[in-house]
Amino acid sequence: MAQTELIKTVDLYKSFGRLGVLKGVSETIRTGEVVSVIGPSGGGKSTFLRCLNLLETPEKGQIFFEGAEITGKKVDIDRHRQKMGMVFQHFNVFPHLSVRKNITLAPMLVKGASEAEANARADELLERVGLADKAEAMPGKLSGGQKQRLAIVRALAMEPDVMLFDEPTSALDPEMVGEVLEVIKGLVKSGMTSVIVTHEMGFAREVSDRVLFMADGIIAESGTPDEVFNHPQNPRLQDFLAKVL
Amino acid sequence: MDFSLIGANIAKLLQQYWQVFLLEGVVNTLKLTVIAVFFGVVLGTFVAMCKMCRFKLARFFITVYIEAIRGTPILLQLYIFYFVLPQLLPVLKLSPFMWVALALCINSSAYVSEIIRAGIQAVDIGQTEAARSLGMSGRQAMARIVLPQAVRNILPALGNEFIMMLKETSLASTFFLGDLMTSYLLVGGATYLRFEALIIVGAIYLLLTYPLSRVVNAFERKMAKDGAD
Repeated sequence: MAQTELIKTVDLYKSFGRLGVLKGVSETIRTGEVVSVIGPSGGGKSTFLRCLNLLETPEKGQIFFEGAEITGKKVDIDRHRQKMGMVFQHFNVFPHLSVRKNITLAPMLVKGASEAEANARADELLERVGLADKAEAMPGKLSGGQKQRLAIVRALAMEPDVMLFDEPTSALDPEMVGEVLEVIKGLVKSGMTSVIVTHEMGFAREVSDRVLFMADGIIAESGTPDEVFNHPQNPRLQDFLAKVL
Repeated sequence: MDFSLIGANIAKLLQQYWQVFLLEGVVNTLKLTVIAVFFGVVLGTFVAMCKMCRFKLARFFITVYIEAIRGTPILLQLYIFYFVLPQLLPVLKLSPFMWVALALCINSSAYVSEIIRAGIQAVDIGQTEAARSLGMSGRQAMARIVLPQAVRNILPALGNEFIMMLKETSLASTFFLGDLMTSYLLVGGATYLRFEALIIVGAIYLLLTYPLSRVVNAFERKMAKDGAD
């Protein structure tokens, strides 16, 4: 595994109104690493993830991406975001665009890819996630699992250096969780750096290099899946695992 | 009043005055409506953008503008534009018809701006987030992702605004400006067949608004079906 720092956060603070959500989060994601973030609801997992590409702006602290500070003023965040794919809990596919256009729009608009180029890439990606026959369909006709697979390849079409997953299976019907996890699994096996906020403990244990346990706005414990799941030190983590496992 | 003669009277009025109703009344009513809604949309788009912009002071003044217009009777606004403004701004040299048209434009812009704003804000914030996460700029996300979806919400509401405005233009008859309601005043006054003239004018309004409202309804249903995500 390469050891270069890809994303580094330094002492992040974020609150919504009077509610402190992040209370000093410092963490480093290295290239090629697969990091899962687990923890109770309201613990700051999603907020932490959304800070990484500045969908949430932290009040205090710094975020570095590929060596550049993106929390500074006058940073062209759009340029950095091209390199960070994000997958949302509620898919957020574009309902007014065909499956193919969902994938090709950003590469053409943002990176100036030609239509032929973008289409070829879209076909390849759709093939990979088993949606090749849906290329011309509208997203409204897709199942939840298909929408989420579409959302994943939409992000991949930008050829990002890291993928951020924000509870990618939480809004899915149970029978569709598997197909989405399979896609993510294939992706991380191919070496994609990934940060995955998830409630799927078995999945986190299986695919992660490292697991972060977040509670009350801090990373209360982190380590390998074995350390975190089999030898939890922090009482909050022990309590959490007792409830979910 | 002899009701048995109503049918015959209506036929007589239509025969004798159809030009007043149709060539003058309907044409002027449509003219006022189209002008009001067209420029209402142009101005309303601008107003909506100001209302959503990041400058607090601009937002404040725009809110005052919208609330003042939506919170006062349209007749009062017409009086201001018909009686007061021509004296304050004689340089503009607008005809009374154009002053009233202008008042209706301004009135429409306030309602249209809220239609546009609501239409945009009804698009799930997740759509913007997804677009921005792909590296699109705020402008690109608005133009390619949010607005195309907002149009589904906006167009039917604009159709309803057109129907509302078509009826509101009847207030122009207060100043005898030749709209459909003025036709009623003219014909009713000349023939003393007021009831019959009212029925004719009412039927024409209905003939104008009913097909429009069917179109809006059909469009709404189609949009709801297509938009089901």
